Amino acid sequence: MGYTAHFRVWRGDANGGGLVDYEVEVNPGEVVLDVIHRIQAEQAGDLAVRWNCKAGKCGSCSMEINGYPRLACMTRMSIYRQDEIINVTPMRTFPVIKDLVTDVSFNFEKLLSIPAFAPPPGLQPGEYRMQQEDVERSQEFRKCIECFLCQDVCHVIRDHEENKKQFAGPRMFIRLAELDMHPLDVADREIAAQEDFGLGFCNITKCCTEVCPEGIKITDNAIIPMKERVVDRKYDPLPFWRRRRRVEERATPQ
Amino acid sequence: MVQAKAPFGVDAPGRASVGKRTLRTDRWWYQPNATAILLTIWVAYATVRVFWRQYYFAAEYDYLSPFTSPCVSASCVPGSSSLGVWFGTFPVFLPYAIITLVFLLGFRTTCYYYRKAYYRAFARTPGACAVPEPHKRYHGETRFPLIIQNAHRYFFYVAVLISLVNTYDVIHSLFHGIGLGTLIMAANVVLLWAYTLGCHACRHAIGGQLRHFSKHPIRYKLWKGVSKLTNRHMQFAWTTLGTLMFTDWYVWMLSAKVFADPFYIHF
Amino acid sequence: MGQPTITRHSSDVLIIGAGGAGLRAAIAAREAGKTVTIVCKSLFGKAHTVMAEGGMAAAMGNVNPHDNWQVHFRDTMRGGKFMSHPRMAELHAKESPMRVWELETYGALFDRTPEGKISQRNFGGHEYPRLAHVGDRTGLELIRTLQQKVTSLQQDDKKATGDAESGIKVFAETTMIRLLMRDGRVGGAFGYQRATGDFFSFTAAAVIIATGGLGKTFKVTSNSWESTGDGLALALRAGATAINMEFVQFHPTGMMWPPSVRGVLVTESVRGDGGVLRNSEGKRFMFNYVPEVFRDQYATTEEEGDRWYTDPDNNKRPPELLPRDEVARAINAEVKAGRGSPHGGVFLDIGSRRSEEFIRRRLPSMYHQFKQLADVDITKEPMEVGPTGHYAMGGLEVDPDTQATNIPGMFCAGEASGGLHGSNRLGGNSLSDLAVFGKRAGDAAVAFVDEHGHQTPKFSDDELQAYAHEALEPFRHAGESGYENAYDIHRALQEMMFSLVGIIRTEDEMREALAELDKLDERAKKLKAEGPIAFNPGWHLCFDVENMLLLGRCIANAALLRQESRGGHTRNDFPTMDPEWRRTLLECSLDGGTVKVARIPGPKVAPELMALFDRHELEKYFTTEEIDEAEAANRAGGATAATGEGA
Repeated sequence: MGYTAHFRVWRGDANGGGLVDYEVEVNPGEVVLDVIHRIQAEQAGDLAVRWNCKAGKCGSCSMEINGYPRLACMTRMSIYRQDEIINVTPMRTFPVIKDLVTDVSFNFEKLLSIPAFAPPPGLQPGEYRMQQEDVERSQEFRKCIECFLCQDVCHVIRDHEENKKQFAGPRMFIRLAELDMHPLDVADREIAAQEDFGLGFCNITKCCTEVCPEGIKITDNAIIPMKERVVDRKYDPLPFWRRRRRVEERATPQ
Repeated sequence: MVQAKAPFGVDAPGRASVGKRTLRTDRWWYQPNATAILLTIWVAYATVRVFWRQYYFAAEYDYLSPFTSPCVSASCVPGSSSLGVWFGTFPVFLPYAIITLVFLLGFRTTCYYYRKAYYRAFARTPGACAVPEPHKRYHGETRFPLIIQNAHRYFFYVAVLISLVNTYDVIHSLFHGIGLGTLIMAANVVLLWAYTLGCHACRHAIGGQLRHFSKHPIRYKLWKGVSKLTNRHMQFAWTTLGTLMFTDWYVWMLSAKVFADPFYIHF
Repeated sequence: MGQPTITRHSSDVLIIGAGGAGLRAAIAAREAGKTVTIVCKSLFGKAHTVMAEGGMAAAMGNVNPHDNWQVHFRDTMRGGKFMSHPRMAELHAKESPMRVWELETYGALFDRTPEGKISQRNFGGHEYPRLAHVGDRTGLELIRTLQQKVTSLQQDDKKATGDAESGIKVFAETTMIRLLMRDGRVGGAFGYQRATGDFFSFTAAAVIIATGGLGKTFKVTSNSWESTGDGLALALRAGATAINMEFVQFHPTGMMWPPSVRGVLVTESVRGDGGVLRNSEGKRFMFNYVPEVFRDQYATTEEEGDRWYTDPDNNKRPPELLPRDEVARAINAEVKAGRGSPHGGVFLDIGSRRSEEFIRRRLPSMYHQFKQLADVDITKEPMEVGPTGHYAMGGLEVDPDTQATNIPGMFCAGEASGGLHGSNRLGGNSLSDLAVFGKRAGDAAVAFVDEHGHQTPKFSDDELQAYAHEALEPFRHAGESGYENAYDIHRALQEMMFSLVGIIRTEDEMREALAELDKLDERAKKLKAEGPIAFNPGWHLCFDVENMLLLGRCIANAALLRQESRGGHTRNDFPTMDPEWRRTLLECSLDGGTVKVARIPGPKVAPELMALFDRHELEKYFTTEEIDEAEAANRAGGATAATGEGA
């Protein structure tokens, strides 16, 4: 039942590196991370790989398998042919630290720059009342496990290092959308979404949605609605739309 | 396309370079190429048809091609101007439905789905996920001309009016009789509505912009309905390209008397 | 290698571990104006807390207004078989609603009731619907919310000082390998950054251990990579004590096959919706394992059990729905008798009993989990399941009000601490535990700093260099014969612990386990690590393995001593509960490098808390003398403690 697979794993660090070949045993039902672990335990004890829960819940083992961003713990070996060479590289949008581990601090810096949830002044713990239909949109975005595969695949920064300063990336856009749709948040981040976080760089080519392991509809449910809200506030000349409708609603929590 | 000398993108210093453009082994190039070919074919067909200004109206059945609707200039063939004649004779290079065509083209060009399709197919930004794009610089939709994409909602407003005109065309033809052509035109119109109302700008206007759905139960229901269409926006975008083309071709064939509309019943 | 550089960092409070407890403590300490350092083994926000699914127990009474802290307290005590620390259970029940509500002010979005309040769901052992939840990803919501609150506090600090990290600094992917001690007081911790291998010392006036559980000591576990019990082991070496180490919760149905997902939980609802357990002979073996006390409540024939699903009023429930520990024991016995599935579990079959449409509608996440992870279509094939290590009830012995350990300046919260859950934890009580006692630990650390001053002890370069030198030992044996890598020892430890100190225990097995641990300890003295120091998992595992060996010994020793069966500790040679053992705790400590387990008296249940139960129930757990004493005290005090119930 088992077979020997041909893996090519990127080994190296910030100074350089390349793909190294491994012949490794694969048992039925295994995922790519199992095979990486076997290489680690039997052939290369110092092979660096980040992982935690191994159940698709923590978003640690993000890497690129045959050039496509994936969670290694959720990528079954059975989707590949047995005679296929399997290339495994770290995420290639972030600086590599060692082997399959990259420096994802870019994402944490961006997370730190997004103005936090602003509760209505005076509302005490236990007094919050929200309807299920009002929290559902934001709940979808809170499914995010911060694997940063969307950040990795986004060509705006993947192909253009210089855009990293002005562009926050899909994960940050769903965070902005989550807060903007939160029924009780009183802050305004719509103009900032465009001017500080670079929403306009997004050309909605949907790769973020394609790679999201949580199935979050990043483009349709977060980015495009945010773009429309930015249009309301920034581009649409009709005063009817420019009325700060949502902001007014915020002032009177339920 | 600018080919850079210094390494950039995934080959930028500090990143894990693999010495290859992409390690993807699947047929990632298939979809952008297929999209490019199909869009090109469609645009070529539509260009020929709107500038040809022939065989757009099957008078016998009162079928007007959607590419020429509404026909409101003095140059239009008799019977095709059901909405009246608003303009004088058009010069030969001007398509009869120029006023709607501009907006329809604008609606589809600024559409959130088509943007993805042609950015991937033609600009290759990116051609496929995790495949490097060929441009050295990228500014997205932050500056002119692409910043105009933000006007999508205005094209949507006009597209609703145009869909009304197309609906009127079908109803108007029903006064004449009914046949396979009527059904084709009606199907086209239904799908056009599905495409138009599934527009992301429509979804935003109808309810997406609200913060509290619970305070607007009717708009919430509408939003949920529109969301279902929006989920299939891509499918409707392609289907309606097909039905538009087919409807126009069908009218052309009838008008050129290549064949007659089967099962036609005159009222 | 030359002399490594050691970076020094200092703050008022050092928190080791960035799961729910650590982050809640950090928030409490920062809000009180203290500078905080958070050190965690993984990236920020990846702690094992994300794995929690069901919910967070808090008697808010949103769904059933009869719920209150007394009812929650009773449920917790019953769940822990009355071994739970009564004061902790009381504080937990009283304070968890406020801890949940606070999360909303940080931006959490729980599922809602029609009135717009936080929705609460039923769960095993909880009398009323009590678990605040977000679908089946409540743990993710908790950790993300706390992470975002930390971020928001950092934003405030940035506004005030220009430096976001001036108040809270997070050192992610940094492993602590030693607590720094001075004059019997803790003064910080020493460790290395995983990415670079650079050494760090973190000095602080107070240290909070929030490093979670030790599931990775066992071969089959639902726990993530991090659960190697680091904080516990470090604290024990520094002189702290741990209690209840013998109590380890095994969930009866974890995935067994394929190997990649071994241990991942299979929800109890599979059995609730008609799934049955079969052995390799195709027999529903649970009918043979109904204990005497449950005889009256469970079906004796398959026909009757099957009728229960549609007509629960006139039929008894099938024995597949016995309590978790009973089912886990039965599965274990079948496997040991040679009637297990090919991969060492049993079969959980719902595909042959329910329609595909039914399964996909009722168990979408299970269908998805098996389809995606195992390529098994549960509508057609049976699942292979078996017990999986789930939670350590034991942990550092702490003061119930302040979470202070016996070492001045050292506090502990979350799964790393022991007491609240007694011998068995109720589902949903762990997330509320993190929030309630995380905050208490943070508050207490603040009070400690206020009382003893911000001054942190000084540790000389020589001392720190000696620690670094010791830590680098495995590299000095790279390629040397007679030395082995940590992976092999870890695997051997996990297999030994799971087979000998797992769900069923006997005296002989415990002695065998201790002998095995001796051998493993010897092997672990000769560990090597190959390759560079930067992000070297083979080296990192050396420290984890040493920690797990120590904790394995605590567990085995305590399990040998406790001659009864209770909750997460089952002795085949002592199959019943013993009231005398209820009031005895086993305390694990290190005495000159040797693990020592001592019997100490357990905490007394206050008379007014005893009054929340009726005598008939107490008699099952307590000695008559204890009950009489409490009743006398209540009469003398004119006890009215039971008021408020049903209010």
